[in-house]
Amino acid sequence: MYIAGVGVISAIGNNVPGHLRAFENREGGMGDITLLETIHKGKLPVAEVKLSNDELVAMTGLPSQTSRTALLSLVAAREALADAAIPDFDSLRTGFVSANTVGGMDKSENFFVDFLADNNKGKLRDVFDHECGSKTEIVANELGITDYLTTINTACSSSANSIFYGARLIKNGLLDVVIAGGTDALAKFTLNGFNTLMILDKEFCKPFDQHREGLNLGEGAGYVVLVSEKVARTLSKPVYCKLSGYNNSNDAYHQTASSPDGTGSYLAMKGALGKSGLKPSDIDYINLHGTGTPNNDSAEGTAVKRLFDPEYPPMSSTKSYTGHTLGASGGIEAVFSVLAIKHGIIYPNLRFQTRINELPFEPETRFLKGQTINHVMSNSFGFGGNCTSLIFSRA
Amino acid sequence: MKTYIRSASCISPQKTFGNNDFLTEVVEYTGTRLRPIEPDYKAFIDPKQIRRMSHVIKMGVAAAQDCLNQANIEMPGAITTGTAFGCIEDTITFLTRIVEQNEELLPPTAFIQSTHNTVGAQVALMLKCHGYNNNFVHKGISFESALIDAIMLLREQEADNILVGGIDEITDPSFKVLSRLGLYKRWPISNLQLLATESKGTMGGEGAAFFLLSDKASDNNLAELSSLKTLYDTKDIGAAITKFLAENSLKSEDIDLLITGKNGDVRTDAIYKQATSSIFQNTSLANYKHLCGDYSTSSSFALWLAANIIKNGIIPEVVIERQVNSRSPKKVLIYNHYLHKYHSLMLVSGI
Repeated sequence: MYIAGVGVISAIGNNVPGHLRAFENREGGMGDITLLETIHKGKLPVAEVKLSNDELVAMTGLPSQTSRTALLSLVAAREALADAAIPDFDSLRTGFVSANTVGGMDKSENFFVDFLADNNKGKLRDVFDHECGSKTEIVANELGITDYLTTINTACSSSANSIFYGARLIKNGLLDVVIAGGTDALAKFTLNGFNTLMILDKEFCKPFDQHREGLNLGEGAGYVVLVSEKVARTLSKPVYCKLSGYNNSNDAYHQTASSPDGTGSYLAMKGALGKSGLKPSDIDYINLHGTGTPNNDSAEGTAVKRLFDPEYPPMSSTKSYTGHTLGASGGIEAVFSVLAIKHGIIYPNLRFQTRINELPFEPETRFLKGQTINHVMSNSFGFGGNCTSLIFSRA
Repeated sequence: MKTYIRSASCISPQKTFGNNDFLTEVVEYTGTRLRPIEPDYKAFIDPKQIRRMSHVIKMGVAAAQDCLNQANIEMPGAITTGTAFGCIEDTITFLTRIVEQNEELLPPTAFIQSTHNTVGAQVALMLKCHGYNNNFVHKGISFESALIDAIMLLREQEADNILVGGIDEITDPSFKVLSRLGLYKRWPISNLQLLATESKGTMGGEGAAFFLLSDKASDNNLAELSSLKTLYDTKDIGAAITKFLAENSLKSEDIDLLITGKNGDVRTDAIYKQATSSIFQNTSLANYKHLCGDYSTSSSFALWLAANIIKNGIIPEVVIERQVNSRSPKKVLIYNHYLHKYHSLMLVSGI
């Protein structure tokens, strides 16, 4: 399964070129909350996409009441599909496999305020398409995709799972082209949820640092266009790379916390390597899940150590730029992984200062260009122990 | 490669769980919403856990464990689930606290359990199952997407004994919102009269059904899941069904029983009538939503029904709309659609 196109929107850019500039200029996307009416404004930093809903509506042409989750999704999915420039797209069997974690919560949490006061109140237009699947449907309709659409929600690993489910739909001969990834918009629901777990950093997050104190929430969307070998041969430009390995394993330890030895993460990475037929030493860069919470980075680091010791490839958490975009993170970071291969770049892990005591490695802090990158591993782990690793390889 | 249903477990508003009688004692309800009959969860879940679990999690975990017990399997190779609304009770609890407590001093439990993948995650946690685990949340084809995932895993030889579930709950607030959106009848009726009413709206339902799928033939298997297809926004469903049958080298007369997702809503039942008076005009017909109510993953109830019809060789009286002969069904087609937009076809065969 080949990657023929990519599209992304996050706090550091509205498209692929914007992201590449931000990475090189070391411009993270965190700042004060401006989009949500919340008591956490000015106290908890978040990584917002730098476009208002009105601007996104104008950009996408979607109706003004559309959930931000769908607006972000359409921007990135359209970019990916245009980038792929697949000839005779309409004649192919196409699918859209997207992911998100709270559907239209950005709208329905407003509906709920009025509804709670009086069950006959609240504007129905803010809640009628609350379901996660509605976001996928809205975007598929705009893209003209009808053969197959579905939505995955495995919390923070959702869109990594949608990418390899999409790849398997092609591998099993069900479809020729799949646009796969995910989206999530900031919402009071998730902001307060993560806040109750006491895993939000009041400063900008410091993934894989000994003194890390938590994550910053972000928002955005990221998609890759997966094509069969047959479709790849019809393209007028070279594919980016291929998806060579993938694995989904469950930590089966706790609903929200990772096991101390990162069993699920280890199994996911090991399984993905097995699928790709690669050795740990073949991996040229790891895009870490690296949320910045003490628990995640310790578990993930332990799993990386168990699998890669003593030779560590460069690795970093791009969540130090984008924040943790939840259901979108696997898709966004898949796009970064694909771009790392295409442009020979390794992304810096911002704000890293002190190596984690129990780990023998530290993340890359420099922006590196001109690298030969053949294989990139991308990790995404979520609530419910859902751990997924993807490996992208030069085609 | 074939896909077999080794076992099936279903918690529903009928006596479908832990019961050897196959829909002989039908439960009648009067209202607009059917509630599942709760089993004694202590037999399936650690009592300490039960207190913390919401309704949908308990239903899902118990049905999953019972499904494994029936097949005498301790550890599934993978778990895939489908749920359109996920853990709506915990979601609404957390939303309510955000508003009532103005975002201050919120307890985390409801948020932790609100994520849509909680049922599959809790099953994995209970079993210490490190295998593949995925969850689909796409409206009326959430369960079908989970089935497609499981079928692909079997074909790829990635896993065997795959636990697949369809789970959804309704709570008072979600029922109210969906009522305001016009999904349900405006006055109480008997569920046994649901399909005879010629009016708008249906009855709400909820439930959990789990299946253990394998590619290994065995006399103990319930049935074969021979084929599955979902369609989106199809203009000509008749042509799509004919094509599906042709892809399976079948004609409409080869189908012994058609189970439709008729739900008593005149706006959406017309499409079934079209099919049953044309392609399937000489086929035995059955319906199921008067038993479990309508919900996005109700096709999991239909699959439980079809698998048991084939295994037992009988069609329960309460589901029959039209019977053209008395032979035991060997080929059962389930046709369900969700608000005219998502259609699913499942072909279930004798082993």
